[in-house]
Amino acid sequence: MNGQEVAFLILAVIGGLAGLLVVTSRNVVHAALYLVVALASVAGVYLLLAAPFVAFVQVIIYVGAIVVLLLFGIMLTRAPVGRRVLDNTLRARVGAFVVGAGLFTMLTVFLAGAFGSARISNQAATATAALGESLFRNYVLPFEAVSVLLLAALIGAIVLARRD
Amino acid sequence: MEKLAWLVPALPLVAWAVLLLVGKRLPGGGAAVGILAVAVGWVISLAILFGIIGGADAYHASTEWAPIGAGFDLPLGMTVDGLAAVMLVVVTTISLLVQLYSVSYMRGDERYTLFFANLSLFTAGMLIVVLADNLLLMLFGWEIMGVCSYFLIGHYWEDVANARAAVKAFLTTRVGDLGFMAGIFVFAWAARSFEIQRIIDGVETGEISSTTVTLGAALLFCGAIGKSGQFPLHTWLPDAMAGPTPVSALIHAATMVAAGVFLVARMYPVFEASGSVLNEIGILASITMLIAALLALVQDDIKRVLAYSTISQLAYMMAALSVGGYSAGIFHLFTHAFFKALLFLAAGAIIHTVHSNNMSEMGGLARAMPVTFVTFLVGALALTGIAPLAGFWSKDEILTDAWNAGFGGAGEAATSQTVAQIVFVTGMVTAFLTALYVGRMLWLTFGAAYRGQGHPHEADAAMLFPLVVLAVGAALAGFVGLGDNSIATWIQTESLPAHGPVPLNVGLIVATTVVALAGLAVGTALYRRGLPEHEYLERLPLLWKTLQRKYFLDDLYEQGIVRAVVGALAPATYWFDQRVIDGVVNGAGLGTRRLARGLRYVQSGQAQWYAAALFIGVIGLAVLVTQVIGS
Amino acid sequence: MPLMYPLVFAAFLFSVGVYGVLARRNAVMVLMSIELMLNAVNVNLVAFNAYLRDQLVSGQVFALFVIAVAAAEVGIGLAIVLLIFRNRETVNIDEVDLLRW
Repeated sequence: MNGQEVAFLILAVIGGLAGLLVVTSRNVVHAALYLVVALASVAGVYLLLAAPFVAFVQVIIYVGAIVVLLLFGIMLTRAPVGRRVLDNTLRARVGAFVVGAGLFTMLTVFLAGAFGSARISNQAATATAALGESLFRNYVLPFEAVSVLLLAALIGAIVLARRD
Repeated sequence: MEKLAWLVPALPLVAWAVLLLVGKRLPGGGAAVGILAVAVGWVISLAILFGIIGGADAYHASTEWAPIGAGFDLPLGMTVDGLAAVMLVVVTTISLLVQLYSVSYMRGDERYTLFFANLSLFTAGMLIVVLADNLLLMLFGWEIMGVCSYFLIGHYWEDVANARAAVKAFLTTRVGDLGFMAGIFVFAWAARSFEIQRIIDGVETGEISSTTVTLGAALLFCGAIGKSGQFPLHTWLPDAMAGPTPVSALIHAATMVAAGVFLVARMYPVFEASGSVLNEIGILASITMLIAALLALVQDDIKRVLAYSTISQLAYMMAALSVGGYSAGIFHLFTHAFFKALLFLAAGAIIHTVHSNNMSEMGGLARAMPVTFVTFLVGALALTGIAPLAGFWSKDEILTDAWNAGFGGAGEAATSQTVAQIVFVTGMVTAFLTALYVGRMLWLTFGAAYRGQGHPHEADAAMLFPLVVLAVGAALAGFVGLGDNSIATWIQTESLPAHGPVPLNVGLIVATTVVALAGLAVGTALYRRGLPEHEYLERLPLLWKTLQRKYFLDDLYEQGIVRAVVGALAPATYWFDQRVIDGVVNGAGLGTRRLARGLRYVQSGQAQWYAAALFIGVIGLAVLVTQVIGS
Repeated sequence: MPLMYPLVFAAFLFSVGVYGVLARRNAVMVLMSIELMLNAVNVNLVAFNAYLRDQLVSGQVFALFVIAVAAAEVGIGLAIVLLIFRNRETVNIDEVDLLRW
């Protein structure tokens, strides 16, 4: 067990725990903050997986923008507090748990069957330049499409949310 | 002319339809339509019969009606041979005379037109039976007659007793019809065809096994038992007297009840090939003729006397057929049609003016209704078998055949000697009883003094005309049995060659005449002075009670069969139909609704539920694909 | 490290996200759970990219796209939630069931 794996395990535990707390906490704001922790740990995982640029983008966009947006949403919708308000009925929660557990089992089993013995080799972190080259050379079309998508989302959000 | 034979049943059928649709608006209630249809048929029938007498060959024509598949086909055809020709004449003559009679008898009846329509339909049905060349077509006509009998017996249905009598008649004959149908199917399956000629050929060439023949013949005879009122299905005939008298004359004397006899005659080679069935027919006929004659002795209602007499005479015809007397049976059918129809119509005339059926309210009518009296007398003496009236010749031929088969050692009949002997003895005893009850009937009705309340007078010309015609027939019809070109020759077929004229057994003639006269003498002695204080047979209380209760047969049927069906089987079937069958049908609808009510919760409107379903489906699909395609 | 580590981590995050989507009543919570799911997908992509080490670095590029689309989706999603809140004074999504039977 080398240091990389140890670090990964620590990050995975923190991230997993945070994720669990996101979906089970009684306070919406607490949930949002746990989400921050989870997203941050994911960013750490990216670093360990030789993807520094993605990690930075993760922090900037997700933690910086999206979570803030969610917090604004919570504020504007007078988010209530309490298990009874935030969660579905017990029956629904049990069902959801079953579905989630089933999904996890299925994924793990199949992935283990396919990639059980694969290893990620030690490698240098991907240079941002290489990433940029691939992005703007080979994937320029999806890049442009995503730009248009973001524009549409921007306009759409404004149109939807304005008061008139 | 044979080619036109199909018109004979077709015209009354058309008349029925016309009468039903527009009859009420026609002048005279449309009676003329029915009469005209039968009259034309009568002319054609006579022409055909004269053709046969002149030596014409049998004529057969058929066209395919419906292919049934599996090598079967259903032809629509007619066989115009001697037997059919004789029957055609009998049916059309009696039907014509009865319809003429009904013009006067049924005048003022509120269902006058319907009556004539039913008579026409009935005539068509009987004629279809006569002409049919295949058993299924015969069954068709048979059932038409059954339903018309129901309609006509229940003509005065406002009185519940009449309606019940109609139902009783229909259901009792239906029981026989079930056997009839089974027999038809047995033969059709064995001979691979419904055609009568093919079945007969199959039997004669031995193609059909003898067990099948016996079984089939016994089943076919069930139909004859029902329709022709043989024991044990005879109980409906006396009750059928609830219908108007013309109906009794046409249906329950001359034609429909003769259909059973006609069936046996038509299929005679088949019956001959199964000797055991002929024995059964002989036994049943002997029982029937005896018990019916005894019952006729104790009736007060004049129509019931005649009804029991009909049962007894039908048994004579069946007995004749059972001892090998093919032509004797048909001959008796021929003569019986005349004198029995005559007796019924005359009785109708009497009832019409006396306003009562009961002989206890008649008497002394010989002076009040002379023409009716004379015609009735002719018919009664013909029934008794007094020479030279018609009944004498035919009854004598039957007894001669029975004697020859039983004691004469002829040995060629298929019946056993014992059965033939029994037939002969009961035939003689019944001849005595017949004369006895005829004498009783004559004296009680016409003799002594009038016991009733009304003012009896002669019937009008429209009713008297058929009586006179029939009286002439009853007197002279017997002569068709004499000579070389007799009725026996007319009705012969390839399978049933005529045995030449039956040599007159003088001893037998003397014996039967003595028996008949003895019966009349006893009847005269007992009833000359009219109705006695108590009937003579009341002195034998047990016998009297048994006879009054008709041997308890009606009670047996009522308690045993009717109760079981009406009380138990019918409600059970009704329950089954309502709950199970309708339940399935309704349940299909209800089930769908319930299913829908359950399934609609899928459309909850809640996105989380849809998402859950989606993920479950994903898991399921993933497992399915990997497991099924290859893990 | 074994490839299974990040893959299991991603599967876990995804399942937790599914649980959150199905079990939470508040619309904003549901959106948060969706973000968790998207992140799990990203981890998966990046892990495979590290494993396969292809020339085009497509895993990481795809992850970037997913982040961008997620951002757009959250924006629109919250706009809709605000609209529902304005109309109905509630953001309980089980009360938004007009398309039921």
